[in-house]
Amino acid sequence: MTSFQAPAWSVPVLIAAFVIFIGLVIFYVIKSRGIRRPLFAMPYTAWVALFTVIPCLLIAYYAFTDAAGRFTLDNFKSFWDSDYEMNRELIEMGMDPAELGFGRGTVNVDTLVYSLWMALLCTVICLALGYPAAYIMADREFRLGATIVVLFIIPMWMNFLLRTIAWMSLLEDNGLINNFLASIGLPRLRLMYNSGAVLMGMIYNYLPFMVFPIYNVLNKMDLKYSEAAMDLGASPIKTFLKVTLPLSLPGVVSGITMVFMPSVTTFFIPRVLGGGNTEMFGDLIERTFLTANNWNVGSALSLIMMVLILLSLGLLRKVDPEGEGEGML
Amino acid sequence: MKKFLQRFYIILILLFLYVPILVLIVQSFNAGKSRAKWEGLSFVWYEELFKSSAIMDALKVTVTIALLAAVISTVLGTLAAIGIYAMKKRPQALMMTLTNIPMTMPDIVTGISLMLLYLFFRVDRGYWTMLLAHITFDIPYVILSVMPKLKQMNKFSYEAALDLGCTPGQALRKVILPAVKPGVVTGAMLAFTLSLDDFTISYFTTSPLVQNLSTLIYSQARKGIKPTLNALSALMFITLLVLLLIVNRRTADNHPVKS
Amino acid sequence: MTKKLVCLALACLMALVSVSALAANYVNVFNWEDYISEEAIQLFEEEYKDLDLHVNYMNFTTNEDMMVQVRTSPGAFDVVVPSEYCVERMIKEGLIQELNYDLLPNAKKYTLPELLDPSYDPANAHSIPYMWGTLGILYNTELVDDEIDSWKWMFDEKYAGSVFMLDSIRDSMGMALKYLGYSMNTKDPKELTAAANLLIDQKARGIVKAYQVDETKDKMVNGEAALALVWSGDAEYAQELNDKLAYVIPQEGSNIWVDCFVIPSTARNVEYAHLFIDFMSRPEIAVLNVQEIGYSCPNQGAIELMGEEYTSNTTMNPPEEKVALCEYFNDIDEGSMKIYNALWGKVKNAK
Repeated sequence: MTSFQAPAWSVPVLIAAFVIFIGLVIFYVIKSRGIRRPLFAMPYTAWVALFTVIPCLLIAYYAFTDAAGRFTLDNFKSFWDSDYEMNRELIEMGMDPAELGFGRGTVNVDTLVYSLWMALLCTVICLALGYPAAYIMADREFRLGATIVVLFIIPMWMNFLLRTIAWMSLLEDNGLINNFLASIGLPRLRLMYNSGAVLMGMIYNYLPFMVFPIYNVLNKMDLKYSEAAMDLGASPIKTFLKVTLPLSLPGVVSGITMVFMPSVTTFFIPRVLGGGNTEMFGDLIERTFLTANNWNVGSALSLIMMVLILLSLGLLRKVDPEGEGEGML
Repeated sequence: MKKFLQRFYIILILLFLYVPILVLIVQSFNAGKSRAKWEGLSFVWYEELFKSSAIMDALKVTVTIALLAAVISTVLGTLAAIGIYAMKKRPQALMMTLTNIPMTMPDIVTGISLMLLYLFFRVDRGYWTMLLAHITFDIPYVILSVMPKLKQMNKFSYEAALDLGCTPGQALRKVILPAVKPGVVTGAMLAFTLSLDDFTISYFTTSPLVQNLSTLIYSQARKGIKPTLNALSALMFITLLVLLLIVNRRTADNHPVKS
Repeated sequence: MTKKLVCLALACLMALVSVSALAANYVNVFNWEDYISEEAIQLFEEEYKDLDLHVNYMNFTTNEDMMVQVRTSPGAFDVVVPSEYCVERMIKEGLIQELNYDLLPNAKKYTLPELLDPSYDPANAHSIPYMWGTLGILYNTELVDDEIDSWKWMFDEKYAGSVFMLDSIRDSMGMALKYLGYSMNTKDPKELTAAANLLIDQKARGIVKAYQVDETKDKMVNGEAALALVWSGDAEYAQELNDKLAYVIPQEGSNIWVDCFVIPSTARNVEYAHLFIDFMSRPEIAVLNVQEIGYSCPNQGAIELMGEEYTSNTTMNPPEEKVALCEYFNDIDEGSMKIYNALWGKVKNAK
């Protein structure tokens, strides 16, 4: 598979685009008589054009072409039917795929569904574990909140791969936990090589991303609302459900975004903790690009992933129209 | 009782977060190479660590890239946030969507798309391409941490300063920056953290000649990581813990580190 | 704060200056992780001190990773060490150049005759063997009481949940093909489907514990599983750390693989690359590498130097009749590879 490279005309086009961009900036400066604030965003605009827009277009290019560079929709068919390319090959060889027992291959779709399901579980559990933690940390009587935030950050500065491998040392059949169990006379447990271990690894990695935004929102929240509710006779539980929880919703939405998005495409964790027994969508994309060396189908899978994520982002916006990720950090 | 339950819960969560890190650190003092068997206390891996030029090079690459990416993305991102905030509604919405893309795009897609970009323009991948990639995924986080602070300040103070005779540079330095400083610091910290820990994007945007710690670890991961890397992690852990607690103490009064 | 940041930035830039770029006097070697003796590299740099030659040693983890890098980073590598089926592919794709044997006086002279003129690279025009080995079963004699002589034990329910497979298409599929009595290089979709179904069935019956690559050997040392599909080099490494482990090439036959030195067509330092390859082919240097890595040695001179220590080790030096049962992997064309990949996807995601 040869890579798609910039044709000769792209250099003058890029230069022209740059000149036009500078021209527009100068025009704007003259028109508004001075450097108005929107101009400060210009370097970033150029950056986004080069490092976000063009790469996305390149992914789209590969997704809509075949190995020879011709337009095709086959790569998307390959998503829906993971056996599509194989069956085409078989027919070319003069065989009937149905005779070999092949119809529509469901591997890619199944992997996506499995990944979404795992990401959903991970998000729900992170929320269940993280909300109380954030609530406690933001409690005015607790006082240690800011320090605990730091203690949450530090593990994230240790290398992600090393952390995951450390879990492997703990969970193996002859690992630390099982050796401990055996030494006190309990039976050894199968803690690894299954989806449960993968889920645990994901929760471990993404939990802080759920805690931070919720903590920030709760921490900034004006206490007078909940105090007023209490004064008016609401029970603590009712105050929480009717006042605190709704007010903390932007933080919850940010937390869900920051946990759900990356966990759909988790890779490496399934391989190390799951023993490579079930792939997630990230592994699938990696295998398609690297092992199968199929950049076209790989790009189509990536594009589908991106669209899905942008769509769910849009949905979340509906829940939290004011958010713009404000509570995110 | 409530206080006890609160503490107990937080300690449980922290235990969950720290158990593997403790394992890492204990393994770094193990005389043997095995992950599971304790063969006596030793500092042999620490000695090896300082002798290993590959690890030292990777550490240098990791730290310089994290620092450079944090500085550059903080400058670009802060300016961008100021600019975007002052834009009209339509361009503002467009810019915010474009800013969200790298944040919501899975790392692996970001990495591969940047690799395609470099291949497209026939740029040899290495140190600089990795740096550019890191800046790219850092900027949105800076923008998103500066934005809320901008919303809290007076909308018209920049224009007022200009009308009162400030140059744009002065107005930026004397009026806007002091107001958004906490957001800028947070953004820089976040950018540094993300860059330090990144594996996937680095993997696709560098060549095997220039490795950062993550890609180095990955090339060893499948074989069983040597405890030298654990030794490095242990040292990093202690340094970071001390550094962060100091920073936190200094900023705790007005602003928690990550808000 | 800003001042501090500026200082930091300057400090970084200073540090950067010392991160060296490609220089003319480097040999950029792209090889498997831990796949060479440090001492051999040092001796090489000493030998060519007057040329101020240095070795840049870079790692890859799989042949596929390596191929992506060689394709996408032209000029970055002077010497690469692919496996034989990738040599064939790289020749087809024009990624590697012909070797100049005038510059390699030691290379062919010492190479075992049975490894010369192989099917993947006639007359060794592009490649010269560096290490070789076989694919077989590593088993723990404490957990296994049968005589392991056949692939059938990898499918036996007696060892359910205690078998490690290789997360590698050609090796795992190849083993299933051999068990069914087919060639490892078959392109017949019926045979491939049968092999894939066998693997899916093996997984469905809960026999497979994990699909992994390099974690296997450390886990076998720890007694994490009874049986594992491994390369002979990994078996040798594990056996050294745990004497309860044994390695066998099953009677149905298996794969023999050869990792070779090649020079990419885009190499910048072709002459130095030849110097490097020839230096590594000297018997006394080859001994260093074999002892470090523990794989089978293609260098006759080195085998003579090692004597009994090498010839009595059946993992490194398997009996000839066993080797005769083994076959090389041939490169599979892109069309058939699509079949392989689709089938492998089914295996990896079977429940």
